[in-house]
Amino acid sequence: MLGIPDPGVWLAYLLCILSVLLCVIYGAANWNKGDEWDE
Amino acid sequence: MENIFLLTVIVVIYLFLIGYLGYYGYKKTKTAADYMVAGRKTHPVVMALSYGATFISTSAIVGFGGAAGLFGMGLLWLTFLNIFVGIFIAFIIFGKRTRKMGHNLDVHTFPELLGRRFKSTFMQSFAGLIIFLFMPLYAAAVLIGAARFIETTFPNMINYNVAVLIYTLIICAYVLAGGIKGVMYTDALQGTIMFVGMAILIVFTYVKLGGVAVAHQALTNISSMVPPKLVEIGHRGWTAMPVTGSKLWWNLVSTIVMGVGIGVLAQPQLAVRFMTVKSNREIHRGVGVGGLFILMMTGVAFVVGALTNVYFLNNPQFGKIAVAAAGGNIDKIIPTYINSALPTWFVYVFMLTLLSAAMSTSSGQFHALGTSIGRDFFEKGILRGRQTKYTVAITRIGILIGVLVTVILGYKLPESIIAIATAIFFGLCASAFLPTYIGTLFWKGMTKAGAISSMCVGFFGTALYLLFIHEKEAVAIGLCKFIFNKPVLAGSPWTVVDPIVVILPISLVTAFLVSTFTKKLPRDHVEACFKHV
Repeated sequence: MLGIPDPGVWLAYLLCILSVLLCVIYGAANWNKGDEWDE
Repeated sequence: MENIFLLTVIVVIYLFLIGYLGYYGYKKTKTAADYMVAGRKTHPVVMALSYGATFISTSAIVGFGGAAGLFGMGLLWLTFLNIFVGIFIAFIIFGKRTRKMGHNLDVHTFPELLGRRFKSTFMQSFAGLIIFLFMPLYAAAVLIGAARFIETTFPNMINYNVAVLIYTLIICAYVLAGGIKGVMYTDALQGTIMFVGMAILIVFTYVKLGGVAVAHQALTNISSMVPPKLVEIGHRGWTAMPVTGSKLWWNLVSTIVMGVGIGVLAQPQLAVRFMTVKSNREIHRGVGVGGLFILMMTGVAFVVGALTNVYFLNNPQFGKIAVAAAGGNIDKIIPTYINSALPTWFVYVFMLTLLSAAMSTSSGQFHALGTSIGRDFFEKGILRGRQTKYTVAITRIGILIGVLVTVILGYKLPESIIAIATAIFFGLCASAFLPTYIGTLFWKGMTKAGAISSMCVGFFGTALYLLFIHEKEAVAIGLCKFIFNKPVLAGSPWTVVDPIVVILPISLVTAFLVSTFTKKLPRDHVEACFKHV
């Protein structure tokens, strides 16, 4: 895939892209959620 | 360097901006909480960029990028772990609980979180002591890399000793004055510069080599050029993983991928970033920026590092693989490629990218060092936790002590220590802190004895493993040779298996077993810790 024959490497390449998408989509889906100490 | 005057002007403008942001942080710092956790009101993008920029140092781009030039794109497993574990799990699974529990217990540092969660003065001061003793080693590694880089950027103008002094004084000024606010504002600027620099680098490289698939195919086609010595230890080309179980495979999977990829979860200077935001909403908003930032840092460095082999082989000026083109020094692969393949204006942008990477990591280290020495070790350990109104002043003295130790190490240690020192600190943090950190956030049944014994087993186990078994450190330190008259005490594969693979599970089991058979913490204290968590 993408000129990389070894699945051990192209899987890593693919997972890098997918994990960034996971971060972006999770962040967007929860954009407005979670807005809930002497100093 | 073609135009040293232009580069000097660019660096002066950059330092002026850094100085302004440091001053802005100083003006915004009114309380001890401002100085240590940014008043818990940091903007999510600033937090995410600060987390990423502190995480990624010059060695991650140049050192590990060069390693990809030698080992190939298998290093992308580390990028995957950096994003999935170092960002997604760190932010969403660990970060949200760290922030909430940090609020519940009113903590300002990572050791203080562990100490208050288990009602243990010993834990806070011992964790502070570990950071005080070993973070200077990691900080010195970054400092040495930065000073060598400044020396080569300004030849005949700044020598290594002067570079160490100037670099340290500039960072020390804005960390001392602005505290974590000064650190995080400057991190955000530095992170932005790093992002732009690396984005340009990957686009240039793929365009120059004919596109994504074409470039990868060209790299696949030259697998026969791998030197025989590397083939012997398991190398199968730059677009293939090494032979499973080979020396190279263990080195890649256990030390580079797991050691750094998992070790990042328990880095004190990173964990404290989650305490600087006011709610989980900020963590949600920061996670996308963090993931994209890390992809642009290590993902780009590793892909470009591997692809330099195609460029150097096809370029008549070199006509050989990357490591040979760089004169056998993998740390010179990326700089040689930048200077040869890219336009002069980008060379300046990349210089600024590397300077930003080094400074953002060093500033986070100096701040974490100061809070560990001042608040965790001195206030909690020496003053036995007595309230003092001089917290900020004590922390500033702590920062000065940490910087002084780091500078002395920077002058004394050899340049070859960079990778070893980084691995030692990551390994120690993972084995000593990670099981306790997991128990702190996720297991109400973890006891004080379980946490302390896990931390001690992790710390001393890793130290012994590095001194007597793991070949890279044991041979460099030489204590095993001195005592037993042989370089290491174990055979293959243990000499190349990272301590995190062996000691971290032992530390986890210790935490579980000791907690099962020892006295539980008071129920009301545990409930107070976990309120709304």
